[in-house]
Amino acid sequence: MSRPHALLELDPAVVRRARALAKKAAEPVVEIARSHTTVSVERATLRLAGLSGADHERVPWVNHLVSAVRDEVGLEHGVTTPVYDALLRGAAPDLTTLAQKAASGNVSFRLPSGRDATAARRAATKGVGVGLRTIDRSRATRDRLIRRHGDPTSKPWIYLIVATGDIYEDIPQAQAAAREGADIIAVIRSTGQSLLDYVPEGATREGFAGTYATQENFRLMRAALDDVSKELGRYVRLTNYASGLCMPEIAALAGMERLDMMLNDSMYGILFRDINPIRTFVDQRFSRQVHARAGIIINTGEDNYLTTADAVEAAHTVTVSQLLNERFAKEAGLEDWQLGLGHAFEINPEIPDSFRMELAHALLARQLFPDAPLKWMPPTKHMTGDIFRGYLLDGFFNLVGAMTGQGILLVGMMTEAVVTPFLSDRDLALQNVRYVMNAASGLTEDFHPPRDGYIQTRARQVLSEAVDLLDRIVHDSDAAGDAPLLAAIADGTFGLMKRPATGGKGLDGVSERADDYDNPATTALDAWTPPAATRHTSTERAPR
Amino acid sequence: MSAHIVRPYGDTTGDGMVQLSFTLPLPHDKRAEGAALQLARKMGLDPALLVHAKAMGPDFTFFVVYGSTTHLVDVDDVHVVEREYPLLSAKDANTAIKKLLRRRLVVVGACIGTDAHTVGIDAILNIKGFAGEKGLEYYREITVVNLGAQVLVPDLVARARAEKADAVLVSQVVTQKDAHVHNTTQMSAAFREAYPAGQVPILVVGGPRFEEGSEAALGVDRIFGRGTTPGEVASYLVHEMTQRKARPS
Repeated sequence: MSRPHALLELDPAVVRRARALAKKAAEPVVEIARSHTTVSVERATLRLAGLSGADHERVPWVNHLVSAVRDEVGLEHGVTTPVYDALLRGAAPDLTTLAQKAASGNVSFRLPSGRDATAARRAATKGVGVGLRTIDRSRATRDRLIRRHGDPTSKPWIYLIVATGDIYEDIPQAQAAAREGADIIAVIRSTGQSLLDYVPEGATREGFAGTYATQENFRLMRAALDDVSKELGRYVRLTNYASGLCMPEIAALAGMERLDMMLNDSMYGILFRDINPIRTFVDQRFSRQVHARAGIIINTGEDNYLTTADAVEAAHTVTVSQLLNERFAKEAGLEDWQLGLGHAFEINPEIPDSFRMELAHALLARQLFPDAPLKWMPPTKHMTGDIFRGYLLDGFFNLVGAMTGQGILLVGMMTEAVVTPFLSDRDLALQNVRYVMNAASGLTEDFHPPRDGYIQTRARQVLSEAVDLLDRIVHDSDAAGDAPLLAAIADGTFGLMKRPATGGKGLDGVSERADDYDNPATTALDAWTPPAATRHTSTERAPR
Repeated sequence: MSAHIVRPYGDTTGDGMVQLSFTLPLPHDKRAEGAALQLARKMGLDPALLVHAKAMGPDFTFFVVYGSTTHLVDVDDVHVVEREYPLLSAKDANTAIKKLLRRRLVVVGACIGTDAHTVGIDAILNIKGFAGEKGLEYYREITVVNLGAQVLVPDLVARARAEKADAVLVSQVVTQKDAHVHNTTQMSAAFREAYPAGQVPILVVGGPRFEEGSEAALGVDRIFGRGTTPGEVASYLVHEMTQRKARPS
């Protein structure tokens, strides 16, 4: 759709500068990611090679095998060389048996050299290739099912959450939500899963405020949504969380089990979960490479910046985070259509012009990332027990979504902050969305904020504050000589949290790669490029 | 009629009008509407007026009912249990700490023993928080030192001393063979040994299986159970610090 002029008339030089600064901030961190590995990256690699299952105490075999190799030869060479060397030496007939023997200390590992090393690496590449091909097949299956059932007929896609804790309760709820109009089902994880340094195993029926992410739960839910997609004649997407200490493993499982979207933010774990920054960036790069190859759309978590700080004062931190997320994602091979960059309607409704500012912020994101399926998230911070007021606020949230052409709309519940949504709450929420979209989505054609008016001025102000903050980040430094972004994270540049590169959970699972580091998964992922003619399911009718 | 008897107010004194919405697991038809009215009458609405009924899928119907309640409320007969300390917002807690200490309140948290379940301590301390409330890290006037899981008691005591902790929060989820009780008593004894009498930090323990009212037996100041929110903990800490300040030392 052609437009007489860009809606916000942002200065292209400022936009270019913002992206250049984001690239500059990201570069040294990417270098760290490329020169380190983690226990979770190595475990994900073994999962790709087909190792699954757990012992009677539910400790996964990948954890046993990585620990054993690490204790004997270290993590810095990559685990696959010693593991496949042991298999070639006849220590065990397969990975599972090898892991079982390793768990009881009945096998020893070595770092092979010469022809043994070459043979081990070749075998490892073959083994891990099986998982990568599974991911490729899942992507092809998704494309085929979308062709057969079709995409949702209108934008934004409607995103609904289920979270009972019991996968067998989640399934009928998810199917009901899809029948009521949800295009995307997100299964919220159990509280605290992000801090577990292992992925639970099997179908689970007990969770706290959410359901554990496991390979079997992924498989069960995807199969259930395939059934309902067929029934509805519309491909219903499934979302879960690749965050926390097991980000790479969850990403690998999601790729193999054909999940469609994953929450995957570049700094969320560091800032809000106190996970070590290096661990996070290393794990994140691997997980994003997997998502890129799997054709998964990532969702980033910028809403969190607004719920922990004032949504007006912190508006530019959302833009900075989006730019960094975009940079890290592009570097890892993700394409624009895979970037569900987040933002949220969290300005205090009591302050004057709050709606105008929400419009300005949402338009800014839309203009900065015209080809990304932005994820628009509903009010939570200013939702109270007054459900009637909450319903109105959600209506205004939907209106901003309609007027600014958002790609993914997380449906707001009037009972947010009160109860787990009732069946009726979900129905009322969807009526709200449908009414606003029917009544007002055409406004994208009519709505042109006046030149240098309130909205244009506010958007430019937020962008310029974002550029200032990025500028401060790339010039930050600390005594340890860390990468500027790490120094900035350490001294509390982002919100109230100071997260030094030497602190936080999971640091002991990080190793610097040795010169002979070998990991067939990272080798293949580094070499991978997206298929030339990528299907653009998420092309926006974006106002430009 | 006593002035202390009240009824809900719609638009006229004494009309008793209330509004109500609910869902019944019935397909939407005449019978479902009758069922909704029957429920309303049993809830004391007479007359009950069914103003809205809508099918939600094939198996459920949503209703909005208005009606005059037959019940009366005797205000004299209302009894409320006051919380022993007021629940403060993050802002009020910050202000109170500032006024009370003129410095930040230092909280050291850990899971001790073999317990690796940091879910509880992280829900209270991490900025992400729990149940829609931000954790203590979010409080401007609170310094949080979260030591994580499997912290040894001597290390916890040493760190608490080094940080000049005002309060120590310990989480215990694993309860096999009463591990939570043993760990906690060992912890409180170590603190009493390491600090002069009367100067031990506020000792708070949290977990799903602690017996209510067993603070004295465990040697701690406060036990928090399942579902505790960061705001409750912060409010308690402010309350307890205020009490201690007021106490002659």
